[in-house]
Amino acid sequence: MTDTISEHAQRTAEKGTPLIEMDGVGKAYGPIRALEGINLTVSAGEVACVLGDNGAGKSTLIKIMSGLHSHSEGSLRVDGNEVSFSSPRESLDHGIATVYQDLAVVALMEVWRNFFLGSELRKGNFPLAPLDIPKMRSIADSELKKMGIAVKDINQPIGTLSGGQRQCVAIARAVYFGARVLILDEPTAALGVKQSGVVLKYTAAARDAGLGVVFITHNPHHAYMVGDHFIILKLGRRVLDKRRSEVSLEELTAEMAGGQELAELSHELKR
Amino acid sequence: MSTTVATPSTSPTKDSAAPPKKSLLTVLLARPELGAVVAAVVIYLFFFAIADPFRSLPALSTILYTSSVIGIVAVGVALLMIGGEFDLSAGVSVTAAALTTSMICYELRLNLWVGVLVSLVLMLLIGFINGYLVVKTGIPSFLVTLSTFFMLQGLNLGVTQLVTGTVATQNVSDMDGYDSAKAVFASSFSVGGVTVRISVLWWLVFALLATWILLRTRVGNWIFAVGGNAASARAVGVPVNKVKIGLFMGVSFLAWFLGQHILFQLSTVQSGQGVGQEFRYIIAAVVGGALLTGGYGSAIGSAIGAFIFGMTTQGIVYAGWDPSWFFTFLGAMLLIAVMVNLYVKNYATSRR
Repeated sequence: MTDTISEHAQRTAEKGTPLIEMDGVGKAYGPIRALEGINLTVSAGEVACVLGDNGAGKSTLIKIMSGLHSHSEGSLRVDGNEVSFSSPRESLDHGIATVYQDLAVVALMEVWRNFFLGSELRKGNFPLAPLDIPKMRSIADSELKKMGIAVKDINQPIGTLSGGQRQCVAIARAVYFGARVLILDEPTAALGVKQSGVVLKYTAAARDAGLGVVFITHNPHHAYMVGDHFIILKLGRRVLDKRRSEVSLEELTAEMAGGQELAELSHELKR
Repeated sequence: MSTTVATPSTSPTKDSAAPPKKSLLTVLLARPELGAVVAAVVIYLFFFAIADPFRSLPALSTILYTSSVIGIVAVGVALLMIGGEFDLSAGVSVTAAALTTSMICYELRLNLWVGVLVSLVLMLLIGFINGYLVVKTGIPSFLVTLSTFFMLQGLNLGVTQLVTGTVATQNVSDMDGYDSAKAVFASSFSVGGVTVRISVLWWLVFALLATWILLRTRVGNWIFAVGGNAASARAVGVPVNKVKIGLFMGVSFLAWFLGQHILFQLSTVQSGQGVGQEFRYIIAAVVGGALLTGGYGSAIGSAIGAFIFGMTTQGIVYAGWDPSWFFTFLGAMLLIAVMVNLYVKNYATSRR
C-alpha cells in the first residue's frame, strides 16, 4: 500500500531545503506589538514546532504564513523570494496550506464536498459548469482509504466524524492539493490520547514524504514526538530556539511551564 | 519510497467495496425538505377533506398562483439564508422595482422594456449595496437590510407622491411594449381547460435552477460553505465576500422579477404595498428547511414552503373561515418548522 503523501508531495525539494525563511518578522496591530523578531526556517522533510502559551503570538505567526494578515516588519521568503501575502489564496498558491484546529472543515457538508472545497472539479470551465461529482467522490474515497482513514460513507456530513478524523481529512486534503508546507494549528488540542496519536502519525508521515511542517502546539510532549526544531514564544518574543539535538524533553517542558519563573516560584513555595 | 501510515481503524477495510446500506428513513431524515413535504401533504389532505371548493382544478390553479407570488422571491431568500445572511428589504424591493419601471416609462414616455431594464440595474445595485455593506462592515445583515427596508419604503411612498401626486402609479396598459412585457411576466395559458398563470412556470424554473446551482455547481458548494463556516471557507480559498454579495443580488433580481409581474398583472402599482411580504419569503424558506444560522437548507424546499402558504391562504377562504386565522397559522407553522429543522440538523450531524 503506497501512501498518498509520497505520491503527491513534490519531489523537487530535497530534505533540508529551506521552504520558508523568516528573518526578524514582526507584526504590530496599531500600537500593540503582537510579534517581533521571529527567525524561523521551515525546511523540506522537517517539522518545526512552535510552542507557546495562550497569547504568546502563535496565531499571529500562523496568520502571517497563511496569508490572513501580512507582516509589518522583517522579511518573509518562500523559496528564497521575498513575499508578503495579502490573501489565503496567495499563500495556497505558494504551496502553503494551513489546517486550523477549529475551522478545518464545514461540519454540515459531506466529506467529499469538504475534501474538494475551494478546488472543486468541474466538467467544463464556464460559469455554472456542473461539478464532476462521481470523480470527486471516488478520489476523496480512495485518498482517505489509502491514508487509512476509515470513513463509513463519503457522503455523510463531516460533522459526524470524530475530531481526529476531521483533522486527518483536512491534512489529507492539503497534501492531495500539492501542499509543500503544512501549517498545523493546535492539531491535537481538543483530542483525546488515541486521536492525538492518529494525528501525530500523519504529521510524521507528511514530514517523511518531504513536506515542511509547522506544528503549532502548547503540548511539549506532542511536539517532542515529531519535532526537528523547537521555538518557544512568550509575549510575542522568542525565548527558546533549539534543534532537537540541543534540547531534551525535560528542558522543553520546563521552559513551557514557565522556566526560570517556575523555578523561582517553587523556591518561594518550598516547604 | 512509500510511507505507510498504520492507524487503528475502527471498522476493518474489508467492507471497503460496498458502502454500508442506509435505511430509507436515515436517507430521508437527512434531507432538509422532509418536514415541509410532510406538512404539505397533511395540509393538502386536511383542506381536501373539509372544503369542497378546494378539490377543483381551477382552485389548484389559484393556489399555485398564490404560491408562486411568494415562492419566486423565496427561492432567492432561501439561497441567501443557506449562505448565512438575511434580507428584510426583499418585500419593499418588489414594489420599488415595479414603481421604477412604471414611473420612468410613464413620465419619460419610454418603451416599457427600457423601464424594465432600468429597474433591473437599480435592483441589482441595491442588492450589491446590501451585500457590500454586510461584508465590509461586518454589521449583521438583519440590521443592514432593516435600514434598506425603511429607506426603500420611504422612497417608494415619497417619490411616488412627488411624481404622480397620489399613492399609485398611472395605468401603463396602453404604452409601447406593454403587450410583449405582459406576455413574458404576467400572461396566462390554458392546460386542459384550466388557466395557468405564467408566474407559476417561472417560479418552478427558478426553484429548479436554484436547486441545480446549489447541488451541482461549484457556486452551490461555496454557498453551503460560506453559510456553514465562513472562516474555514475563506481559509481554503473560497471568495466568501463575492459569494455573499452575489446572493444579495440574487434576491434583488428575483424581487425585480416579481415586481415586473405585479406591474404587468395590474397595470398600476400601489406605493405602499410589499411591506410584510419579506417575512413570508423568509418563512417559506424556513418551512422549506433553511436554517436561520446558515449552511443548511434547500431551494426546492422553499417552493414547498411557498406551496404550503398558497394552500393555506386559499384553503381558509374555501373553507369559509375568517382569513385572520391565517396569521395564527403562519406563526405556528414557523415555530414548528424551526424546531423540525433543528432536529433534522442535529440528526444529520450527530456521530454515527
